[in-house]
Amino acid sequence: MTNASNPYLPAIGTIIETIQETPNIKTFRVVLNKEEDMKNFKFHPGQVGQLSVFGTGESTFVINSPPTRMDYLQFSVMRAGEVTTKLHSLSAGDQIGVRAPLGNWFPYEELKGKDIVFVGGGIGMAPLRTLLLYMLDKREDYGKISVLYGARSPQDMAFQYELPEWLERDDMTTRLTIDVESEGWEHSVGLIPNVLLEMNPSPDNCVAVTCGPPIMIKFTLQALQKLGFQDDQIITTLEKRMKCGVGICGRCNIGNKYVCMDGPVFTYKQLKEIPNEL
Amino acid sequence: MAAKFLPTNQLASWLAELSGQYRTLVPRREGDAVVFRPFEEAFAPELGVRPTMSTKASVFPKCEPLMTFKYEKDEEDPGKVMVDVTERRDDAPAVVVGGRPCDVAGFFTFDRVYNTEKIKDLNYLARRENTFFVSLACEQPATTCFCNWVGGGPADTKGADVLMVPVSGGWLMEPVTDKGGELVASLEDGKAKEAEAQAVKDKANAAIGDAVDVSAAQDKLLALFDDAAFWEAQSSKCISCGTCTYLCPTCYCFNITDEKFGMEGVRMRTWDNCMSALFTMEASGHNPRPTKAHRLKNRVGHKFSYYPSLHDGNIACVGCGRCIKSCPVSVDIRAIVQNAIAAPAPEQEG
Repeated sequence: MTNASNPYLPAIGTIIETIQETPNIKTFRVVLNKEEDMKNFKFHPGQVGQLSVFGTGESTFVINSPPTRMDYLQFSVMRAGEVTTKLHSLSAGDQIGVRAPLGNWFPYEELKGKDIVFVGGGIGMAPLRTLLLYMLDKREDYGKISVLYGARSPQDMAFQYELPEWLERDDMTTRLTIDVESEGWEHSVGLIPNVLLEMNPSPDNCVAVTCGPPIMIKFTLQALQKLGFQDDQIITTLEKRMKCGVGICGRCNIGNKYVCMDGPVFTYKQLKEIPNEL
Repeated sequence: MAAKFLPTNQLASWLAELSGQYRTLVPRREGDAVVFRPFEEAFAPELGVRPTMSTKASVFPKCEPLMTFKYEKDEEDPGKVMVDVTERRDDAPAVVVGGRPCDVAGFFTFDRVYNTEKIKDLNYLARRENTFFVSLACEQPATTCFCNWVGGGPADTKGADVLMVPVSGGWLMEPVTDKGGELVASLEDGKAKEAEAQAVKDKANAAIGDAVDVSAAQDKLLALFDDAAFWEAQSSKCISCGTCTYLCPTCYCFNITDEKFGMEGVRMRTWDNCMSALFTMEASGHNPRPTKAHRLKNRVGHKFSYYPSLHDGNIACVGCGRCIKSCPVSVDIRAIVQNAIAAPAPEQEG
C-alpha cells in the first residue's frame, strides 16, 4: 500500500510520458512525486492500482511494467468510461493519484523452472507484459518462453515499440496474429485459439498465462484443454468493477471471494471452485 | 454499576445535558417515518415505536467526505498544475439515544470488515470509537422481528453503553460500559425499578418466540447458486428499489465519487446498494449481475452465506426486519432463507 495508514488516500504521481498504443489504448508512465514513495514502492507482477483523476474518479489498472524496472510505473488504459476518457486527455506533466499495489499476483516464484506460454488478446496483453518482462529480466530462472499475442487488426496491437525485440530474441518465441488479413501484415492471421493450436505447445512442465476478452478466454481455455493443459496449469486475471480496492465496498465479490483482494490472478482450477458469476 | 432511573419528565433535560457535550441523536417523527436527528428541545423524541431508520448513519453516514483535493497552478510555470490532497475525518463524540439492540448489533458486522489486521478504515473507526449508544429495549417485538434467529434479543446489551428499559413513569437506565455509567451519572438511583425492568425484558424475550435455526443456509445458498429458477422465483416480486439495503443496519457497501468545483473538490463516500443494476455494471457494458435474480441472490447470499464463511459463522443480518416491513412488495428475507434451506439439493452436473 502506498499509504499504509489510510487505504483510500492516493499518493500523487506525475505522468512522465504517454504512448498512444492504439486508437483507444493509451499508456501512462508515472513517477510518484515523493521520492521515498517511489524508492519504497514494492509490488509483484500482476498487481493492480487505482488511478485517480481528481474530480472525475478512480479506476483500476494493472501495473504493466515489471518490478525489475522501477524507473516508472506503467499503466495502459483502454478508453471505455468516464475515468478512462479523462485519463486519455492527460499528458506528460499532469498529476494523478495512485493507490497501489492492490490485489494478488502471478505466482512467479512457483513458476521457476517451468516453460511458460503467454496468450494475450488486445488490452489483455497488459498484465501479461508485466510477468513476461519480469521473466525476461530473470531469464535463467525460467524454461522456454512463448508468446502469442493477438488483436483485431495491426492498428489494435499495443506495445509495438517492443514487439520487434520480442520477435528477434532467440531465448523466446513470439507469434503475433490478427483476426483478418490486412495489407502489409507479415505475421499470422487467425483467431487466437486457432493459432494456439497451430503452435501446439507441450503441456509438459508448462504453464499457460492468458488474458483477454471473455470470448477469447473461453475458446483459449478449450484450446489449452485440447492441448492437454490441466486446470492448475492455466492462469488468468479477472477484471471487475472495483471501487475501494481493499475488500470493503462490496461490488467485486464472487461468492466469498473478492477480486480486489483474493484476485485478480486465479488459476483455472480456482475459478472452477468459486461460484460462476464472471 | 448501579442502574439509574430517568423519569419521563426529565428526559428532555437529560438529553439537553448530553447535547452540551456530545452530538446527540434521537429518534424524531418526520411524516410517516421515524428517523435519527440531533436533539432539539422543540421536538419530543419518538420512543414509542421502532424507528424506520436504523442508527447506521451515526457511524456510517449516508454521504461523507474522504478527502478534499485542490489543483494549484505553478506561478513560475502556468502550464504546470499540481494537485494536493487532504484527508477528512469526523471524530466528534456522539451519543445515540433510542436505537434498538438490533441496530447497535449491526456495527459488529461492519467492524469485521472495516477494522481488520490488514485494512483500517480510518473514517469509520474515528466515528465508531467516538459514538456511544443508549439503546432502548423492545417491549413488544414486531411481527417482522427475528433478532433471536441471528443471535440477538429484544433486550440485548451487546454494543450498547446503556440499556434503557421502559418502566412505569420512565426508564430504568442500566449502564453496560464505563462510558455508559458516565452518561447516566447525573440521574437518580434506579434500584426500586429493577424488578419491574426485569419483568419487561422477560416478557419481551418470551414474546419473540422460538428461534429458527438458519445455520444450514450457509452451505445451501451456495449449493443453489446456479439454480436460476429458484432465484427467479424468490425475486419475482422485487422491484429493485434498494429500500432493503438503505434501511439495513448491516449493509455496508459504498460508492466513491468525486465532486469538483472549479480548481478544488471533494472525494465522497456514499451508501450504495447491490440491488441496483449499476452496482456491478462495468465500463465495457458487461454486468456480472444483470438481473434482479442475480442481485437478490447476492444480497441474501452475502448475509447468510459468504459473510459467515469469512467471519466465523457470524451472519450479516441482525433480524431487525426493516427490509421486510418497509419493502413495497413485501419480499421477506426470512422466507427466502427458509425456502433455500428447504429446497431440494440441486442435481450435480455430469
